[in-house]
Amino acid sequence: MRLYDVEINSRLLLGTAQYPSPAILAEAVRASQTEIVTVSLRRESARLREGQDFWALIRELGVRVLPNTAGCHSVKEAVTTAEMAREIFATNWIKLEVIGEADTLQPDVFGLVEAARILNEDGFAVFPYMTEDLVVAERLLEAGCQVLMPWGAPIGSGKGLNNLFGLRALRAHFPDVPLIVDAGIGVPSHAAAAMELGYDAILLNTAVAKAGDPPAMARAFALAIEAGRAAYLAGAMQPRDMAAPSTPVLGRPSLAR
Amino acid sequence: MKVIVNGVEHEIAAATLAAALKALDYENATVATALNGHFVPARKREQAKLAEGDRIEIVAPRQGG
Repeated sequence: MRLYDVEINSRLLLGTAQYPSPAILAEAVRASQTEIVTVSLRRESARLREGQDFWALIRELGVRVLPNTAGCHSVKEAVTTAEMAREIFATNWIKLEVIGEADTLQPDVFGLVEAARILNEDGFAVFPYMTEDLVVAERLLEAGCQVLMPWGAPIGSGKGLNNLFGLRALRAHFPDVPLIVDAGIGVPSHAAAAMELGYDAILLNTAVAKAGDPPAMARAFALAIEAGRAAYLAGAMQPRDMAAPSTPVLGRPSLAR
Repeated sequence: MKVIVNGVEHEIAAATLAAALKALDYENATVATALNGHFVPARKREQAKLAEGDRIEIVAPRQGG
């Protein structure tokens, strides 16, 4: 899988928030075999220096980071956060979130397109967190995005793929654009279903972090994503309403009487 | 001079953002900065002059989804 100019083997992108401990986070990242983790920027206290320890842990894991603009509700906040992230993480990758509604954490797609244009023109590689809207996707591509990240369901909801039709249509419309389902995934079968639709990768966090055993769940997701991808490449059968006997009918012995 | 650092009022003598970071004990920390809502790259902190009431944001890597 190629994301901007980088060849990536693992199709699982993992968030780093909400784990029971830093050690369990590290174990989950290793178990997932992910090559990309998402991170954020928050206010640093000179006394506590929490960010310094976290950053040391992530660097030790040797994975690529995808900084986010989580919590930003305006273009200005998102662009400024991206600029700070580029300096601190030494990457031009940015998971662009411009939130439009507090209950659903639904992206403000108008602000998203505007911020994406500004950041792409400034040399960023933008990973936009979007709805599955086809026209928004088109606008984001026009704004210079080379990867799209539609939501499955609201962030942290664990509800899976809320709009199968929309996700299928998006995949069909943009066969050559890397598409990553970001947010809403609850269990590995949700991730497998997205991969079976032909999605290129899955970005998730809560489903692993809040599992009873996060490293074990990370492994389960890695397997599901691999299985879903293999199934997509293998080509699924067409479903039908009525039964069709799988055992040959011809040659059945006459035994009724 | 009074400035707001990460939402909290501080009385500092520093004239630049670079000096403020030193005075506030952020030396050798991996942080990014913004002054009054605008990003200030590390290389420009020396030139970033502070004024009464300025809002300084100092951020660092943190867990994210």
